[in-house]
Amino acid sequence: MSSYSIQSQNLSKLFGRRLIFKNINFNWSDKGIFGISGPNGSGKSTLVKIVAGLIAASSGKIIHKNSDGEIIPEKLHNHIGFVSPYLVLYEEFSAWENLKIFAKIRGVNFDDQKVIYYLTQFLLENRKNDLVKTYSSGMKQRLKFIFALMHSPDVLIFDEPTSNLDEEGKKVVYNIVHEEGRSRIVVIASNEERDLAMCQEKILLENFKTIERR
Amino acid sequence: MFLQETTMRAYSLFKKDFHSELRTRYAINSLAMFIIVAISVILFSIGNETITESLTGGLYWVVIFFTAMSGLARAFVSEEERGTSLTLQLVASPTTVFSGKLIFNLILVFCMNLVIALLYSALFEKFVIQNFPLFLMTFILGNIGLAISSTIIAAIIAKAGAKGTLYPVLSFPILLPLILTCVQLTLFSFDGTSFEEAQFELAIVVGYDVIMLTASYMLFDFIWKD
Repeated sequence: MSSYSIQSQNLSKLFGRRLIFKNINFNWSDKGIFGISGPNGSGKSTLVKIVAGLIAASSGKIIHKNSDGEIIPEKLHNHIGFVSPYLVLYEEFSAWENLKIFAKIRGVNFDDQKVIYYLTQFLLENRKNDLVKTYSSGMKQRLKFIFALMHSPDVLIFDEPTSNLDEEGKKVVYNIVHEEGRSRIVVIASNEERDLAMCQEKILLENFKTIERR
Repeated sequence: MFLQETTMRAYSLFKKDFHSELRTRYAINSLAMFIIVAISVILFSIGNETITESLTGGLYWVVIFFTAMSGLARAFVSEEERGTSLTLQLVASPTTVFSGKLIFNLILVFCMNLVIALLYSALFEKFVIQNFPLFLMTFILGNIGLAISSTIIAAIIAKAGAKGTLYPVLSFPILLPLILTCVQLTLFSFDGTSFEEAQFELAIVVGYDVIMLTASYMLFDFIWKD
């Protein structure tokens, strides 16, 4: 069983003088599917970026802990799998090359069998040697899930996971989310009812703060 | 162990950039074109006149400076323009990213300046090196300083709006001490000045490289993350 936890302590974010949200507190541990929702501009993407360590909070703190203690920001990237529509992979390389490059830069073993399994799951096996620039936006989105899953991270963060996906793609994603949520922390930031229906706990961001927790 | 791991990851990042460059040819083409155009313009403007050693040495570093300005920013600007900075943040630590980009720029600077030096020695009458070890030392230390400074400045300007203008403007005051000292050392190598006599200038360049490298690694974490 995973002993990973993410704790948010009075998290606030300002862009210049514009307040995005303030005093966000939560504690996610072990496993499960956690949701973040809210209207456009409420700070969903900003919050997941802070959780993933991609941007800093204006005040407050995010603490990632595993069985060895608190994870330092320098090493956080190896514990996170991240998918979002604004994530861009290298278009001049094929899907296979992209995944191999990322494994090497991460310093993890490139497991051919595992990557082929995910490529098959996400219906990209036949196109694995094609350059990413020839992919449709839905195929790129599916490839991002393999990018997020291939190093077996402790936390999966999906920002608008089903954007650009067709029904078949959504079905694959929902299966993956259910499956992964049984063994690790999965965070979903979305406005889609179907995406949020999978979450055991939700944070609703509105009027600069959390107004509801279910 | 940590250092070895970081080096291997940085090398993988360098390899990614190298293969990407082979496919896109963005930096190589712009650098090659700049070198050809700059040296051609200098040669045409000189005509049949013979320029002095000091002018040759100065022009040599002018070409190096502006060539660096035309191509070295790519290390970070291309990641930012393509939107892949976020992806890199998700796969590597800031130290790995900076090291990988620095290796790429070091190799690019060495190749670029080697071509410039060869063209100068073939085309300029007064580009005659009397003290080759001193010239080689200047070449190596100067290139290292140029690569380090260009890489950290590229990281700073990558997130800005007017990158094209900002890069040379920001680079000029930072690179000026290095360029001036390297010009002086190049002239010493033309004169046949000994190592002992050039010790002070060499110490300045070594100091510059060490300070820039230390400051870059210390600052990069803050520059890289929003």
